[in-house]
Amino acid sequence: MARVGQVALVVVLVLLADLVDSVVLAPLNFPGSPPNVVVLVVAALALVFGPIGGAFTGFFAGLAVDVLPPADHLVGRYALVLCLVGYVVGLLHEEARDSVLLALISVAVAAGIATVLYGVLGGVLGDDRVGANALLTSLPYSIVYDVLLAPFVVPWVMSLARRLQPQVVHK
Amino acid sequence: MRDSRRTRLILALLLLTAFTLITLDYRAHGGGVFGSIRRTASSLFGPVERAAADVVRPVRHAVEAVGSIGSNHKKLQDAQKTISQLQQKLRGQPFDQHRVDELNKLLRVSSVGQYKLVPAQVIGVGAGNGFEWTATIDAGSMDGLKPNMTVLDGDGLVGRTTIVGKSTSTVLLAIDPEFHVGVRLADGQTGVVTGRQKADMSLELIDPAARVKPGDGLVTQGSADQQPFVWGVPVGSVVTASSPLAGQVQTGTLKPFVNFSALDLVGVVVQPPRTDPRQALLQSPVPTVTVTATVTATPTSVSSGTPSGNALGPTRSTSPSRSSKPSSKPTSTPQVTPPPPAAPAGSP
Repeated sequence: MARVGQVALVVVLVLLADLVDSVVLAPLNFPGSPPNVVVLVVAALALVFGPIGGAFTGFFAGLAVDVLPPADHLVGRYALVLCLVGYVVGLLHEEARDSVLLALISVAVAAGIATVLYGVLGGVLGDDRVGANALLTSLPYSIVYDVLLAPFVVPWVMSLARRLQPQVVHK
Repeated sequence: MRDSRRTRLILALLLLTAFTLITLDYRAHGGGVFGSIRRTASSLFGPVERAAADVVRPVRHAVEAVGSIGSNHKKLQDAQKTISQLQQKLRGQPFDQHRVDELNKLLRVSSVGQYKLVPAQVIGVGAGNGFEWTATIDAGSMDGLKPNMTVLDGDGLVGRTTIVGKSTSTVLLAIDPEFHVGVRLADGQTGVVTGRQKADMSLELIDPAARVKPGDGLVTQGSADQQPFVWGVPVGSVVTASSPLAGQVQTGTLKPFVNFSALDLVGVVVQPPRTDPRQALLQSPVPTVTVTATVTATPTSVSSGTPSGNALGPTRSTSPSRSSKPSSKPTSTPQVTPPPPAAPAGSP
């Protein structure tokens, strides 16, 4: 089975993305909210793996983000958010196979869902950091940044992931 | 097959698991199993983050000089001036000088305030979709750090430590909305300051009779047992103050002294001063005073550990204690210790 390879790919890519997020991008202090490469990677993988693979990928990617430093929120929060992101984007995987536009749209959707859900979940859990105002300001930024970054991340991740699962393609 | 019962069942199970995790962690208040998982993750991932930060830092500094141009015009002109100055500096001795300046400022804080500091480098900043204001620093339990210690830099209060790994720790920054700190005015009145992300911090006084005016500088009041906050650390200066009716508590906003968009070298207070430095750090003049403090390497406080494990990266290479003896003591952590009380700046 190509499962082992897929899992290894997910682990490496997610750790790499988290590293890029916290060490490279966040310290640069972009206006608005910082870009989120982990979301991009989850979306790209979900476009290849489909809804189930996407949901699993998102869940474990989120768990990693929840636990790795310098995270300071409840464990499971990003896991829940990215799990849903992976699932929703995974639903588009057949249509997005050959359409660049659809892939970009799904990335935008992923970034939007991630921000809104993460924020709303924070509101439900009584996180003082998230207000409607903060959410609305950060939403457009996170979508724009992720769409801008997508061409540099998504094609590579998708081609890597495709290479690891040749037999599942005709389904 | 787009969506089936099986797919939805799996999704529901995963979401339920995530919910369960959230609930468990919520009830454990960051302790318990999740606390140790976080500490382990910090110990494992911290060194990776630090290595990456070392590679990225020169690039980041260069981009920052350009990236902080901002939107308004006045800033642009200032930045252009800064860039040309920076370019000149770049040809000479670029980042070392910056580091020396930062270290000197820390030394001043340590000597005037009589804090015992462990210097650390900021190596990562929390992403959290812009809601969470945390940072990773490259010092951990091997350097004597514990959770809930005050973190400061040459300008003032930076935050407090939360999760402490072996060689890296997480700092909750003072601008995080979950960050609250007790402050004191010059006349001894007290208040509470809360972070408000990129906006100015909010200030609420305790005593209805107390009053502040714009320009007043505030210092930390000091927590019970000096944890998480030691006393006397400058927090910020008052920008606006409300004019309440009699009997009402005054509120206001506070501009932090620390520039949180360019955090670099910080110090963690591992030992509070015996006596309250009060407003000393607010009043003393900034860098013109030559500080007579000595940096002493105190290897005793460090458990042996691997040579790379507690290295402070480039920070160390600029510390005076090291320059005389090139690489004889790779495992020692330089602790910035206050000079004897006879130091000129410290006397009342």
